[in-house]
Amino acid sequence: MKVLRAIEMNRCIGCFSCMITCAAVNQQDHSIMKSAIRIKTSGGLTGKFIAIVCQACKDDVPCAEACPTGALVKRQAGGVLLDKEKCVGCERCVAACTVDAIYFDLDTKRPIVCKHCGVCARFCPHGCLRLLEEGQ
Amino acid sequence: MLYEKATKVLYIDLATGKIEIKQRTDLAIYLGGVGLASKLLAETMRPELPPLAPEQPMVLAIGAISGIYPLITKTVAMFISPLTGELGESYAGGRLALALSMAGYDAVVIRGKASRPSYIAIDGGNVEIKDARPIWGMDSDVVGQFLRDSEEGSGKRSILRIGPAGEKMVKFASVCVDTYRHFGRLGLGALMGSKLVKAITVTGDKTTKIKDFKEYFRAYQTIFKSVTETDLMAKYHDLGTSINVESISALGALPTKNLTDNHFDDAEQISGEAFAEENLVRKLACTGCPVGCIHIGQFRRKFDDGYDYESVSVAYDYELIYSLGALLGISKTDEVLQLIEAVEKTGMDAISAGVALAWATESLIQGIVTEAETLLPLTYGNTENYYQAILYLSARKNAFYQALGEGTRFAGAKLGGEGFALQVAGNEIPGYHTGYANLVGLTVGARHSHLCNAGYAVDQSLKTFDENKAVNTLFDEELERCLLNSLVICLFARKLYTRETVLKALNATGYLLTDDELTTIAKRIYSMKLRLKEKLGFDPRQVKLPQRFFKTPSMNGLLESSIVERMINRYAEKCSELLAEKI
Repeated sequence: MKVLRAIEMNRCIGCFSCMITCAAVNQQDHSIMKSAIRIKTSGGLTGKFIAIVCQACKDDVPCAEACPTGALVKRQAGGVLLDKEKCVGCERCVAACTVDAIYFDLDTKRPIVCKHCGVCARFCPHGCLRLLEEGQ
Repeated sequence: MLYEKATKVLYIDLATGKIEIKQRTDLAIYLGGVGLASKLLAETMRPELPPLAPEQPMVLAIGAISGIYPLITKTVAMFISPLTGELGESYAGGRLALALSMAGYDAVVIRGKASRPSYIAIDGGNVEIKDARPIWGMDSDVVGQFLRDSEEGSGKRSILRIGPAGEKMVKFASVCVDTYRHFGRLGLGALMGSKLVKAITVTGDKTTKIKDFKEYFRAYQTIFKSVTETDLMAKYHDLGTSINVESISALGALPTKNLTDNHFDDAEQISGEAFAEENLVRKLACTGCPVGCIHIGQFRRKFDDGYDYESVSVAYDYELIYSLGALLGISKTDEVLQLIEAVEKTGMDAISAGVALAWATESLIQGIVTEAETLLPLTYGNTENYYQAILYLSARKNAFYQALGEGTRFAGAKLGGEGFALQVAGNEIPGYHTGYANLVGLTVGARHSHLCNAGYAVDQSLKTFDENKAVNTLFDEELERCLLNSLVICLFARKLYTRETVLKALNATGYLLTDDELTTIAKRIYSMKLRLKEKLGFDPRQVKLPQRFFKTPSMNGLLESSIVERMINRYAEKCSELLAEKI
C-alpha cells in the first residue's frame, strides 16, 4: 500500500497541475478549490512552495480521532478514507488536522480528504510529489 | 463562460463607484480573449478623446477554456495605447487567468478616474474600490508585499500593480502581474496610473462541475503528454528564450548598441548558457502550465564596506537581455539583471526602456542632446549610469526625461535623432533585425510587436526570399494568432495547439465548433481589430520607418525601403480584401 509524499518541494515550479488533476479526477470539478492537495507560497512568489496535503499519519490519526461518527477510516499505510454515508459534515476533522490538510467542500458539505491515489504525482512535471511504498 | 451561454462581464466605473455585472448572450461569436476584449473595447472606447482621458476603458479578458488545459494561461488586456495612440493589446501570464475564472468573470471593463489613489479588490461577487493613498509612490515589488498581507485569497489570487513610472504616466509603463509576469508592452501601466489605480487584486472560489469527465480528461492527458514528453516545449523550460542570444547575434540579427551593429561581440558573455551557469536559481510556471519557462536569475550586490550584501532575484528572458544588454553594450549577466531589477521596481516595459536609453546614448554621442540634459554621461556598457537613468526616466526627472517618457518616437521627433529612434509606429522594437518580414511584420502587426505575426521567424525560415510569400505568411500567422489569442493560449505553445488540438480541447468541454467555424471566428476578430485601428487613425502605409533599419545590414543584408513599401502596400490590400468579406 502506498502513500503520497511531497519530497522535493524545492523543485516545485508552481504550475498547479497537481491541484487541477486532483480536483478533476477525484471530484469531477475544474476548480482547484476541490483539490485535496494545495500548493501555497510563503512570502509571495519569491518564497518557497509548500504542499499542504495529508501527511499519512499512521498510529495516532487526529482527524479520525476527532470524527464523532467513524466516517474517517484509517488506511493501513497511513491517512484515512472517507465513508461519505457516515459523514455528517461537522467539520471537526478540518479543525483537528494540524497541517490544515483537510478541506471542506461548501457544495457537498463534506470534507475533501486525500486518498493517496497519486494522480497528483503522476502529473507533477518535476517529481516533487511521489507515491511511495509505506516506509520508503 | 465554460458550459454557459452567457458571457459574464464586470463593469467598474471609478468615477461614480458603480459596479455592474452583465450576463451577455451576444458575445459567444468572439469565443473570448482577444475577440471578446476587442468587442468590449469597440463598445466603450472614445476615439475622439486622448488615450489617457478618464473615459477611456481598460479591458481584461480570459477565454472559454482558460485554466483547464495546459498552457491556456494568459489574460489579454486591451486599451488605447498611450504610447502609439492606437490599438493597445498586451498579454500576461501568472495567476490572473485562473483568478478571474475563479472570481467568475470572463472580462472586466474599467472606466473613469478615481477621486484619489485607489486599488480595486475583486473577490468573486464582491468588488471594492479601496484607498491606496498609503501605497501610492511605492515600487512595484513592495506594493505586492503589502497587498499580499492585506487581501484574502493566498494561493489562488492574482495581484496586478504599477510602479512609480505608471503613476507618472510614462507612456511605456507596465503592469506587473504576480511578481514575475507583466502586461509589458504599449503602456497599460500609464493607463492605470491615469485612473489613479495602483493595483488590482483578483480572487474567488467558484467551482465548476465537469460535464463529461472522460472526454475532458482524455483531452487533458493528451495535451499534457505532448507538453511534457515531446521536444515541443523543451527549449522554453531548459535554457529558456535566452537560448537565442548567441545564435541571433551570430546570424547578424541582434540589434546592438542602438542598432549601430547587428551582432554583439560579447554575446557569449550574456548568453542563455552564461545566465544559467552564473545566475539561474529556480524556474517557475504560470498557473496551469507544466513547462515552467520563467527563469529566475539571482545576483548579489555589495552595499557597504566589509561583508554587507543584498541579493536580488529577477526573471530574465531573451528580449530583456537584448534591450538591457546588447542594445546598451552591456556584457555581464549580473549587470543585465541589475537593469532588469530597475525596470521591474519602477514598472516600465523592459524593451521600451532599453530602446529609449539606447537612443539617449546615441543622441549624446552625436551631440543632439547634452549631458546637462541627460544628467549622466550615458555610454554603452556603463551599467551604473543606466541604472540611474532608469530611475530618472521613471520619475521624469527633467524636461529631457519628460520627453523620453513620452516614448522614443516622441523624443526623436522633438529633440532630433528620429533616424535612429528604434521604433515602429511608436512602439520600441523587439530584439530582431532579421530582414523584410520582421520589419514589415512590425509595421502591419496589430500591436507592432514580434508576437503579432512572428516576422523574425519568417525571415529565418524562408530559404529564398519571396516578397509575396512573406506577406502571405505574415497575414496567415496574424490571423491564426487571433484564434489562439481568443482562447488566450500562451504563444510558446503555438506549435502544440494545432487546429486539431484546439478542436479536441474545445469539443471535450462542450464547444462543438468545426475547423471552418474557427477560421470564421479568426477572421471576425481580425476584421474587428483592423476596424478598431482604422477608427484610431492608423494606416500602415503612413508609417515612417527610421533610416537606421536601412543603414545597418540585417541578417539578410541591407534592406531597401522600396521593397518594404511594396510589401506593406500588398499587406494593406490583403486587409482590405478581408474587410470586404462577409463574415
